[in-house]
Amino acid sequence: MARFLLRNTLGACVRGGVALSVAALFANAAQAQDASAGTGIEHGRYLAIASDCVACHTASGGKPFAGGLDLNTPFGIITTSNITSDKATGIGSWTFQQFDAAVRHGKGANGNLYPAMPYTSYVKMTDSDVADLWAYMRTVPPVSQKVVENKLPFPYNIRSALVAWNLLFFDKKPFTPDSTKSAAVNRGAYLVEVLEHCGICHTPKSILGHDSSATYQGTSLQGWHAPDLTNNDHTGLGTWSAKDIETYLRSGTNRHTASSGPMTEVIVNSTQHLTDADLQAIAAYFKALPARTVDVPRPLPATNAQMAAGKREFVVQCSACHTSNGLGVANMIPTLQSNPAINAKSPDSLLNILLMGTSGPATVANPTGAAMPGFAWKLHDDQIASVLTYIRNSQDNAAPAVLAADVAKARKALNAQQTVWH
Amino acid sequence: MNYKRPKADVVIIGLGWSGSTMAEELTRAGLNVVAIERGAWRDTTTSFPTTRNPDELSGSVRKDILQAPVTETYTVRNKANQTALPLRKFNNLTLGNNVGGAGTHWAGASWRWQAFDHQPYTRVMERYGAKQLVDGLILQDWGVTYDDLEPFYDRFEKIAGTSGTAGVINGAKQPGGNPFEGSRTSLYPTPALERTRANLLFSEAATRLGYHPFPVPSAMIGAPYTNALGLNLAPCTYCGYCQLYGCGNWSKSSPNICILPVLMQRPNFTVVTESEVIRINTTPDKKMATGVTFVDSNGNIGEQPADIVITATFTLDNTRLLLLSGISMPYDFASGQGVVGRGFTFQTLSWGFMFFENEYLNPFMNTGALATQIDDFNGDNFDHTGMGFIGGAGIQSLCNQGLPIGMAGLVPEGSPQWGKGWKQAFQKGYQNYAQIQGQGTNFAHREQFLDLDPTYKDRFGQPLLRITFDYNENDRRSGRFVRDKCVEIAREMGARQVWGDSFPDRPYSGYRLWDSSHVQGGVVMGEDPKTSVQNRYQQNWDIPNLFVIGASSFPNNAGYNPTIVVGATTLWTAKAIRDLYLRNPGPLVRV
Repeated sequence: MARFLLRNTLGACVRGGVALSVAALFANAAQAQDASAGTGIEHGRYLAIASDCVACHTASGGKPFAGGLDLNTPFGIITTSNITSDKATGIGSWTFQQFDAAVRHGKGANGNLYPAMPYTSYVKMTDSDVADLWAYMRTVPPVSQKVVENKLPFPYNIRSALVAWNLLFFDKKPFTPDSTKSAAVNRGAYLVEVLEHCGICHTPKSILGHDSSATYQGTSLQGWHAPDLTNNDHTGLGTWSAKDIETYLRSGTNRHTASSGPMTEVIVNSTQHLTDADLQAIAAYFKALPARTVDVPRPLPATNAQMAAGKREFVVQCSACHTSNGLGVANMIPTLQSNPAINAKSPDSLLNILLMGTSGPATVANPTGAAMPGFAWKLHDDQIASVLTYIRNSQDNAAPAVLAADVAKARKALNAQQTVWH
Repeated sequence: MNYKRPKADVVIIGLGWSGSTMAEELTRAGLNVVAIERGAWRDTTTSFPTTRNPDELSGSVRKDILQAPVTETYTVRNKANQTALPLRKFNNLTLGNNVGGAGTHWAGASWRWQAFDHQPYTRVMERYGAKQLVDGLILQDWGVTYDDLEPFYDRFEKIAGTSGTAGVINGAKQPGGNPFEGSRTSLYPTPALERTRANLLFSEAATRLGYHPFPVPSAMIGAPYTNALGLNLAPCTYCGYCQLYGCGNWSKSSPNICILPVLMQRPNFTVVTESEVIRINTTPDKKMATGVTFVDSNGNIGEQPADIVITATFTLDNTRLLLLSGISMPYDFASGQGVVGRGFTFQTLSWGFMFFENEYLNPFMNTGALATQIDDFNGDNFDHTGMGFIGGAGIQSLCNQGLPIGMAGLVPEGSPQWGKGWKQAFQKGYQNYAQIQGQGTNFAHREQFLDLDPTYKDRFGQPLLRITFDYNENDRRSGRFVRDKCVEIAREMGARQVWGDSFPDRPYSGYRLWDSSHVQGGVVMGEDPKTSVQNRYQQNWDIPNLFVIGASSFPNNAGYNPTIVVGATTLWTAKAIRDLYLRNPGPLVRV
C-alpha cells in the first residue's frame, strides 16, 4: 500500500507552489550552509530542509508546513497534516514526545500514520536531531488550517491495519555508523538513508509496499522511473564521478544531464540547500556502494524498421537542441550518448518527458531552468515509440524497444494531449 | 480604486533590456527594486517552446508578440506644418509587449558603436570643420566616450553571450575581425556564427574590391556559454525564427534568458506586470521625483513611491513620459529652445537586391543577425572631404529571412505573375535571392522632433506622442553613396539581376517595409543642460533622482543597431548610481 501512497505523494509534489514557498523560506542559502554543524533551531531548520518536510506538508500555493496537500491514491485521498505551531489545527499543543512518536515511530495524534510519511526512514534519526527538528518546528509561524487528514473510504480508513504492517515491515533499528567506512561515507549514509529518504523512491517495493532487497536499483512510480543509483555503467551511476553527483544535487544539472520530474522538486526544495560537505558525503556514499553487474541487452540493428523511422524523427525533432551527435549542452541539455537514464529498462520517464515536457531545475547554483517542451500534440504514438526506440538503441545505448501501445497507455495515464493532426 | 504600494528604494519603469540590466545591478547592490511592466510575464520554457514557436503566421505576419497599435500608437508627419496621423500598423516600430520588452523578440545584431559615434561633434570639427554640416544638422558629443564605456561594453557582452570575431584587441588588429572597431579588452564571449553561401559570396566580392569583410557580432550564441550571471546559453540552431519571436532554445540573448532567471530569485526584487505607468510623480517644485503612478490590468490606479525613479521604457515612450509628467523643458520647434523631444533620430537605409541564376543559397538556414559586413564606409572610417555629408553605413550581406510566407512575393523581374510559371519562378527565386543592407547613420536635425499630439489620445485619455520626421540632406547624400556601394558589391558577387534603393529619396513613412526600427533620442545625454535633458550619467539635469535610460539618451544614430550600447550605457549609469549617487545623492555633474 505504501507503494501506491508514495507514488502519489511524489506526483502531487510537482507543482510550483512548493518551490515558491521554499524559495521564500530558505532564500538565504548561506544561512543553511552555516547551520549543518550547529545545534538548536538553526540546525533544526537545516534538518527540515534535508528531510524535505515542506514538499508534502504544503498545499499547492499554500503556506509552508500548513498541510492540506491531497495525495490521490487508488484507495482514496490522504491529505497531509498541518505541522505549523498553530495550537488548534497544527502541532502547537504537542509535546516533544508526541512529535518524536510521529516522526520516528509513525504514531500520530489519531493513531498510526500511513507510511506515506517516511517514518520508516526517519526512525533512524538521532535523538539530538529529532530534538533540534522539534526546536525549529516550534518556531514555524502558526497557520490556522483545519485539515481532514483521512478521507479514505472503508476499509482503508482503518488505521489499526497499519499496526500489522508495522509489525511485518517496520525496521526500528537506529542508525549505526559503519566503522570500516570513512566519516564522509557514514555521514552520506545518514543523509541518504535517513533524512533525504532516497530509497523511498529509488528502491523497488514488494507487493505490500515495503523495501525489497534491490536497494537503489530504480523503480517506476507515478508515471516516472526513479533511476538506478547503484554503481553500474549501463543504467546506474557507474559513469558519474563523485563530483558529478555533487554538482547534480546542488544545481539540478551536471555535464551529463538535467533533472526532471519529482527529482527536480527534491533538488529545488532540499538538496540544493545542503552544505558542500554534506553533498560530498552523499556522493562519497553512492560511490562507495559495491559495483553491480547488469545484463546489457544487444542494441537493435539499424535495419530495424523502428530504428530507421526513429532516426528520421531524431534528426527532425531532437537534433537541434540535443545537437546532431546527441551530446547536448553541459549543465543544460542532457546528452543522449551512453545515458543510463535512457538505458533504464522502464521507459516511463522518457515517455513522460516526451509527452508532457519538463520544467527545468532553477536553482541558486544554476538558475537557467532550461526545459524541454512536450511533444504530445505534435507526434503520434508510433513516432514517439520509434524515436525512443532509436535513442535507446543508438549512441552507445541499449534498451528494450518502446511500442506504440506503450505510448498510448502513457498518453492516457498522464492525461496528455492528443496529437492535433492526422 | 486607487491604492499605494509600499515605498521602494528604486522603481524601474519597463522591464526590457535596460530595465532588467539596471534591476540586476541595483538588487545586487542591496537595493529594494520594484519594476513596473506594461506587458505580461513570459518565460522561455512555457512561452516560446521550440515545438510550436516557429509559426510565421502569428509571428511575422500577425506580429502577435508586439504591442498592437490599437492599444497605443504614435502619430506621424514629415513636416511641422502638416497634421500628424496615427500609425495604425507597425511596419518598422517593434514595441515589446511582455516582460523582456523588445529584447525578447529582437533580431539580435550586437554592436559596440565606434569612438566617432559617441563624440561626433569633436571628431567632425577636428577633421572637416563646420562646413561639412548641412543646414539644420545638430551634432553634439555624448559626454561619455568609447573608452569610458569599454568596460561596460565588455561586461554587457558577457551577460548577452555575444558571438563574433574580434577585430582589434588592445589596439592590435586581429585577422578576420572588423579592423575599424573600437579596441576591445577581450574576445567576443562566443565564436562567430557559421556563414551562409550569400555571406561567403559577399565576403569574396568585398575582398576583391579591397574592402574588409567580417562576421557581424550577434545575439545568436556561437557555442555553449555560461554568462556573467551564471546562466547557461545554448548554441544557435539557425532555425531563422528570431526577429518577432522569442527564442525557446536559450540561443538568443534576451532579458528572459540572460538576466530574469537570476533576478527572479532575489527577494529584494519585485515585478508588477500588466501595469502601465502613466506619470512620473514629482515634488511640487519639480526638484525631486517621488515615484510613479500606474494603471493596472484591472483598471485600478496604483502609486509606487520610490527614492530613485528609473525610466526604461521604449525610446519614444521615455520621451512621452517626461512630456506627460511636465519634467524638463519641452523642445519648441519655432524657437529652437527646450530639450525634451529634441535630437530625435532615425536611420538611413539603403539596399542592394539581387537574383542569381543558378545558386543554392539555402536561405532557410539563417538567424535574425547572420551577416557579413564591411565597415569601410561606416561612421568616419573614410575621408568625407568634398562629399557634402558625414556618416555612412554598415554594409552587410544580411541573411535574416527565408520564411515561406515572407519570401513568397520575391520573384525576379519579368517573371509570370500567377500559375505554374510563377511557382517555378518562386522556387528558383527562393534559392537565388540575396540582399545587401546599408544600415546608415542619421544625425539630429532641428526639423526632427517629438512632442505631444494635440488631437489623438490613448486609452487613458492622455495625448499620443507625435513624431515629426523626414530625411535631411545629409541622409539623401549618404544614402545614395551607400546604395551605390551595395550595388557595386552585388554586381561583383556575380548576380544576374541587381537593383538598388536609397530610402531618403522618398519622404519618410512609418508604413515602409524593410525599414529600420531604430528610433532614438528625445531625452539625450550631453554636456550642456541647454542642449540635453540629462548629464553624462543619464541623470536628469533638473531632478537628480530621475534617470532615463535606453536609446532615448543617444544624441545621434549610428550605422549600427543600438542594443549593446543600451546595455553598456545602462551599466555605466548603474555604476554611477551605486558608487557615486548612493554615497552622495544629488547632481553628479555640476555646470
